[in-house]
Amino acid sequence: MLKEGQIRIPSGCAIAGIIDRKGGLINGCEIIKSIALMHDRSNGLGGGFAAYGIYPEHKDEYAFHIFYDSAEAQKKCEEFLFKHFNVDEAERIPTKKIPAIKNGPDIWRYFARVNRVRMKNARLDESEYVMQCVTKVNDAFEGAYIFSSGKNMGCFKAVGYPEDVGEFYMLDKYDAYLWTAHGRFPTNTPGWWGGAHPFNVLDWSVVHNGEISSYDANRRYIEQFGYKCSMQTDTEVITYLFDHLIRHHGLPTNVAADVLTAPEWDEIDRMDAQKKEYFTNLRAIYSGALVNGPFSVILGSNKGLLAINDRLKLRSLTAATKGSRAYFASEESAIRVVCPDPEKVWSVSGADPVFVPLEINEKEDA
Amino acid sequence: MSIKAGLRGFEAVNEEIKQELLSKDKVVVEQVNGQRYLGCALDTGKTLEIHGTAGNDLACYLNGGRIIVHGNGQDALGNTMGGGEIIVHGHSGDALGYGMRDGQIYVRDNVCCRGGIHMKEFRAMKPVLVIGQNAGSFLGEYMSGGTIVLLGLNLKRGEKLFGTHCASGMHGGKIFVRGAFPKQNLSPNIKVVSLEEEDKKELEGYVKHYCKYFHEDYESIMNKPFKKLVPATSRPYANMYVAN
Repeated sequence: MLKEGQIRIPSGCAIAGIIDRKGGLINGCEIIKSIALMHDRSNGLGGGFAAYGIYPEHKDEYAFHIFYDSAEAQKKCEEFLFKHFNVDEAERIPTKKIPAIKNGPDIWRYFARVNRVRMKNARLDESEYVMQCVTKVNDAFEGAYIFSSGKNMGCFKAVGYPEDVGEFYMLDKYDAYLWTAHGRFPTNTPGWWGGAHPFNVLDWSVVHNGEISSYDANRRYIEQFGYKCSMQTDTEVITYLFDHLIRHHGLPTNVAADVLTAPEWDEIDRMDAQKKEYFTNLRAIYSGALVNGPFSVILGSNKGLLAINDRLKLRSLTAATKGSRAYFASEESAIRVVCPDPEKVWSVSGADPVFVPLEINEKEDA
Repeated sequence: MSIKAGLRGFEAVNEEIKQELLSKDKVVVEQVNGQRYLGCALDTGKTLEIHGTAGNDLACYLNGGRIIVHGNGQDALGNTMGGGEIIVHGHSGDALGYGMRDGQIYVRDNVCCRGGIHMKEFRAMKPVLVIGQNAGSFLGEYMSGGTIVLLGLNLKRGEKLFGTHCASGMHGGKIFVRGAFPKQNLSPNIKVVSLEEEDKKELEGYVKHYCKYFHEDYESIMNKPFKKLVPATSRPYANMYVAN
């Protein structure tokens, strides 16, 4: 598999998300319909989906989705996996042969629990143990790439248009309470299967339209905490920032969003004392986690769905609500095609992150 | 007879519109789902009526034609339009009237970010943007000519007339605002002044049009005072990097 980074091609992209905050299930067809409407925003070099709530029968196990370039890579990776985890099931992810998706890797899925002896010996908590195992595989095992590692959720991605990727993975066979989707128009890098969005680690998945101009500052910050930015793409760093802020520092999701999109100093100067102190502290403590755009980003997790925009609002993102569902998309038409009569429609502004918390209890990581 | 856009691609829909317009002056398109470039460069004397959600770059390079949207618009509506009229019975996305050179746009509700960015005027070409509700951040960014009217109708409690960085880099043209507005969101290079007689006359014309299109009451709109936002200097960034 050719990784990114050797070539710089100086993004248009499409993103979409749907959540039912009461945990009601939404078939994969809906999100495909929404993202397919924005076909012209991507160029066939990457498409993908994240789905939450799809593996209820395995909800206490980690679902690893892995790309393999060769049997050799699979052998090495499985050796590692079987040592560090108790794997209950290993199977090829069901796919449908379609002409639009070709030259893909071998795609496998494993349902696994951590090897508790190894975990305890490593003196790590469970999610940190899993995170480090995933980082190890992606960093050190040539030809193997874990592109999904959460519980009761999964990412599905490929090189192709998103609607074709959805058909390829037969997403009409999956029902989820939260979906995100991405259609890619890679601009800085060529586009490979692993580079398609969503980017995932543990339960976090990120789809992103835009470019992170603060990438190197953010990378230097996050790599101090053991993360490795190995994909040469900016979306990866956002995923790690959220993981770090929410999992390591225990920040609520909306506070983590405020860290990434904190207001300019002159706006902070005009705030009332309490808000001023809040944002001054966030900017002082987490200056390395402030993200400069242009970006529109949807973060999926087992806590809910978060949509953010860069402070200068350089990418479009529309939100809508109806009943227990909330919809997000780069274009309003992509919402209306699946929800013709929303109760409320608005443009997500750079200053106001939108967080739709899930109101059912998904079991948190130990 | 009307054209059904449905889920077809923008090329096919635009081609069908083009063919219809060869023999007709007015074409109606229904079930529009975000198809781009509708009414692009439409000529004087032609009308396009759109039902649904109009896609990006609606009526770009509009060349004197008339566009009526029953629904909402998306981004870059009226991009670089050179003349004609656009009436939106709904709201608009980002970058409404981007680089607009002439003609008029009437939006019943709000516009998102960067409405009227890079609007310009030249001799008799004076573009006009009339917004019924409110505007997001960066309204009139880098504006060098033309007129924006912001009516502030139907604002809910806590909603502001415009977002942050209003008229950032503006160095020409004017923005009429009705009622209270968030002064702190104005860029530092902007002056707030009262309307001259000439301004009032100009404004009345636009408001009358707005009321006609969207059935609003002219008197009650004009009862609230207007202010005019203009650039304090025609070169706001003259001393940004070096003093000169």
